Amino acid sequence: MSNTNLDVYMPVIILMILAFVLVGGALLVAKILRPSNPTELKQTEYECGELPVGVAWSNFNVRFYVVSLIFIVFDVEGALMFPLASIYKKYNDAGAGGVVLATFLLFIGILAAGVVYCWRKGDLDWVRSFQTPAKNNQRTQGVVNE
Amino acid sequence: MNNTIVSYFLQFEEFQTVVTKLSEITGANATSLVAFVIFAVAAVVVLGALATVGGLGTYAERKISADLQMRQGPNRVGPYGILQFLADGVKMIMKEDIVPRHADKLTFNIAPLLCMLGVMATFAVLPFSSGFTMTDLDVGVFYLIGVSSLVGVGIFLGGYSSNSKWSMLGGMRGASQIISYEVPVTLSILAIVLLAGGMSFGTIVSAQGAWPHQWFVLHNPFTFIAFIVLFIGVLAETNRAPFDLPEAESELVSGYHTEFTGMRFGFFALAEYMEVFVVCGVVAALFLGGYNVPFGLGEGTFLMEKLHIPAIHAKGVGQLLQVGSFVSKTLALYYVVIWIRWTLPRLRVDHLMTLCWKYLTPIALFNLVGCALWMFFFHGQSIWQLLGHLGGGHGGGH
Repeated sequence: MSNTNLDVYMPVIILMILAFVLVGGALLVAKILRPSNPTELKQTEYECGELPVGVAWSNFNVRFYVVSLIFIVFDVEGALMFPLASIYKKYNDAGAGGVVLATFLLFIGILAAGVVYCWRKGDLDWVRSFQTPAKNNQRTQGVVNE
Repeated sequence: MNNTIVSYFLQFEEFQTVVTKLSEITGANATSLVAFVIFAVAAVVVLGALATVGGLGTYAERKISADLQMRQGPNRVGPYGILQFLADGVKMIMKEDIVPRHADKLTFNIAPLLCMLGVMATFAVLPFSSGFTMTDLDVGVFYLIGVSSLVGVGIFLGGYSSNSKWSMLGGMRGASQIISYEVPVTLSILAIVLLAGGMSFGTIVSAQGAWPHQWFVLHNPFTFIAFIVLFIGVLAETNRAPFDLPEAESELVSGYHTEFTGMRFGFFALAEYMEVFVVCGVVAALFLGGYNVPFGLGEGTFLMEKLHIPAIHAKGVGQLLQVGSFVSKTLALYYVVIWIRWTLPRLRVDHLMTLCWKYLTPIALFNLVGCALWMFFFHGQSIWQLLGHLGGGHGGGH
């Protein structure tokens, strides 16, 4: 079939345009139909009926940052493994799967080493213990507050 | 092979004559124009169908939850309350649109759009049947993982822009949860890419068969575990219970969409229900044989050879059967997703992260190694084929 690359990716563009049209259209229709009488109190943020205190854009737990760092490492590694995975069957059927398998295991080995490292460092614990790893292997982790 | 829905149509002579006539009239090659028209029509059809599915999803959710809790559920609007979702939609459009005064207006506006964009872009590769896959990209699964990440961005921006503490907490939780569970999901999908030898949905589905023992879920023990890991992972990716921490209504009011009213909230809800359908479809295509239909009914060979039905009709019927096969598997999974929501209690946030990083990720890595070694030592045969060899052909046809 004479499909250029552009033709194959056409539905992606069309669907994205449709998403814009759908969201924009529905909001436009809503704008025409709905009532609009904003008041000072109505436009405050919801804080269970109390007047809001301060802004929400405050400092947040640094754990989120560590999680996102770990995620980036794993996701890039996963993305690099996709091409390798998709050619493995072809090589394996031709009887030359060994070299691809070895490369694949090397990649997974690096990933597994990453998991073990993060685990040992305690970066996979959401509630992180500030004590050094206990000798008696206790499961309960004391959270140290300042 | 059919790469897109256009190449499916182009295999028929009747259709090719239309294209050549159009080319003569316009004096240029009309293939691209025709392709555009077909894609646009298909996109509108798929969008309409999936928006209805999303709407009916909210109805099904309420009706099934009512069933599980021995209640009636919605039963006023239309027969058995089935038009409830339309009434809800009208209500949402008529609602006053309140934007918090201290909100970040720009990101507040684009957050629901990003959610819809991410979900709708995934429709392009959803394999309804061998012909009715809008475009069977070579990088199908990879593309799907990529664009569905936009939903996570939408959720985080929604939570961040509202400038409400509840929304902020929900958005943070949503972002960390979605990116964390992407790791086991990606690793489980990699196992299937290994077995199928390609990333496109066409390759993956045609590597399976119509009967359960030909599905990848029962291919070998590792794929069965991969199926469970992937299913748990996509539950978390779509923020469904027991992983609905971003909108945990009993602790965070409504989570990331606390400040969203009217249709803006509607788009978040619609995007969630459509995404559940999409991920159920992906799980069905990757593990449950996708659109395969037994006896060659899908390709129309059975009808053509045995009943002497013309090719175009036989193939049309085959396509319909394939869509039926895919959609019924997807809806069965959809039911399971709703069932799980109303059965299991919500996880705590640290348990959620422990489950992802300390259980699912190592298990998924182990699976991947297992699948790769299985393919190497057993030359890609499934466990049933191996058992067949052991039994000396006794159970070979099983």
